[in-house]
Amino acid sequence: MAQPRLTPEQVPRTRETVVTIDRATKTYGTRDGVIRALEEVNLGLREGEFLSVVGPSGCGKSTLLMLISGLVPLSSGAIRIGAREVTRPYTNLGIVFQRDLLLPWRTVRDNVLLQVELRRLDRRRFEEYAHELLDLVGLRGFETKYPFELSGGMRQRVAICRALIHDPPLLLMDEPFGALDAITRDQMNLDLLKIWGQSQKTVFFITHSIPEAVFLSDRVVVMSPRPGRIVEIVDVQLPRPRQLALRETQEFAAHTRRIREALQAEGVLSED
Amino acid sequence: MSAEARMGVPTITLGQRWRGRFLYPGLTLLLLLLAWEVGVGVLRIPDFILPPPSEIATEMVTQRHSLWPHTIVTAMEVLAGFGLSLAIGIPLGIMIVYSPVFERTIYPLLVSSQTIPKIAVAPLFLFWFGFGATSKIVVALLIAFFPMVISTVIGLRAIESEMIHLARSMGASQLLTFLKIRLPNALPNIFGGMKVAITLAVVGAVVGEFVGADKGLGYVVVLANGALNTRLLFAAIVLLSLLGIVLFAAVQLLERVLLPPHLVGHGDDAANTI
Repeated sequence: MAQPRLTPEQVPRTRETVVTIDRATKTYGTRDGVIRALEEVNLGLREGEFLSVVGPSGCGKSTLLMLISGLVPLSSGAIRIGAREVTRPYTNLGIVFQRDLLLPWRTVRDNVLLQVELRRLDRRRFEEYAHELLDLVGLRGFETKYPFELSGGMRQRVAICRALIHDPPLLLMDEPFGALDAITRDQMNLDLLKIWGQSQKTVFFITHSIPEAVFLSDRVVVMSPRPGRIVEIVDVQLPRPRQLALRETQEFAAHTRRIREALQAEGVLSED
Repeated sequence: MSAEARMGVPTITLGQRWRGRFLYPGLTLLLLLLAWEVGVGVLRIPDFILPPPSEIATEMVTQRHSLWPHTIVTAMEVLAGFGLSLAIGIPLGIMIVYSPVFERTIYPLLVSSQTIPKIAVAPLFLFWFGFGATSKIVVALLIAFFPMVISTVIGLRAIESEMIHLARSMGASQLLTFLKIRLPNALPNIFGGMKVAITLAVVGAVVGEFVGADKGLGYVVVLANGALNTRLLFAAIVLLSLLGIVLFAAVQLLERVLLPPHLVGHGDDAANTI
């Protein structure tokens, strides 16, 4: 599945910034006072790049995703997608959460097409593409099955197809493989790279796994514990297409080491 | 030997399922009736205390021309009360879930009002709505609509907030989110509520007839009781039971038609705790 892609060195200079996060701050008022979830986050997502965010639980990774999608309002700062400022739910994207959120009364195909129905698009025009997508993720022949008949990995594949059916330029993923076993997770990583290589989408990917972030990404954003700040952005200088053996190389380890050290500098992963 | 059996996959044939659901309980019932029939004779229990099943069956057959219209009357009252409990209970549940004002005002009152023994209120309805069917329908409605409200509320709330987020990111309107996600998600619960409600509606209609009526199976029960006609009393009880079973089965059939098989009965446990 080798796709002619730009080398990582070229990516930053040649690609336009599609999502601009400008001093994004988010605070929540709770009974115990104000919680600062995100503090002055500045970040630009470049067109077609695969960007991952790693950080400890509660560091505001998910909050950042919700802010980009416009589902949660900012406390201060601004987020722009293209030229438009995000002030309400932004819909020209696809989202995959950790839980597949498939509707149990809908078949696999109808779950994928939910996206189309909710957007009031013509269902018939997308049936063929739904079929293609399901084929691409290895779910040919499962179109008329119900979610309960599928394994966790298969269900998450359906959720990914649902996020892609309307061909959005931006894909937001919040720990999509966090609930899967390690081997399934590796397979999902490979499949996701295959899909991404073919579709040229901009991906914002949240994960707890440092190796997963390095394996998938062009850049890895490392965040501090709450209030979440960006402490380092690691350019992943590894060639594509990537294969699992890459993870056993010195270059790969050099990247994961850098991220681990950045986290440890923030007091995460303390070894005392 | 079938392919499944050779591969060690346990399969349940239609015949086995039928046996499990109907044959064994049916045989047990027959045995109990037989014991009743024989026991009453051997122990010389007088007819007006406990007539044998054969006498009750005979009574039902000989009195069928007078019992049938009463059955129809009660059935109509039950159906009207049940129908109204759906027509009022489901929209009320929807309003409670969608309106914070309703949730804070009506909902707590509704829940605490369940401590009122509704049967005790039945005579009042006779007073307000008269001797006819209306007072019975209102009692049936009053008893049946509460489980409808609660099961609707439980069902509509049983959706992950992330799913609602996802729908919003798809640009879905409130109405479309309701029609395509929330309502279908609530259907198993609503059906669970309907199964409880239809049973309660029978209770409500009979209680209404107890208080004051000149028609219906509840009236027959009171009449037979006053005349010490135990056979007729039992005949009415059997008909009421059959009516309950038929209506319950009808709701279950509707559920099987409207829901995919793996979701049938999913709302029953929640509804039974109401």
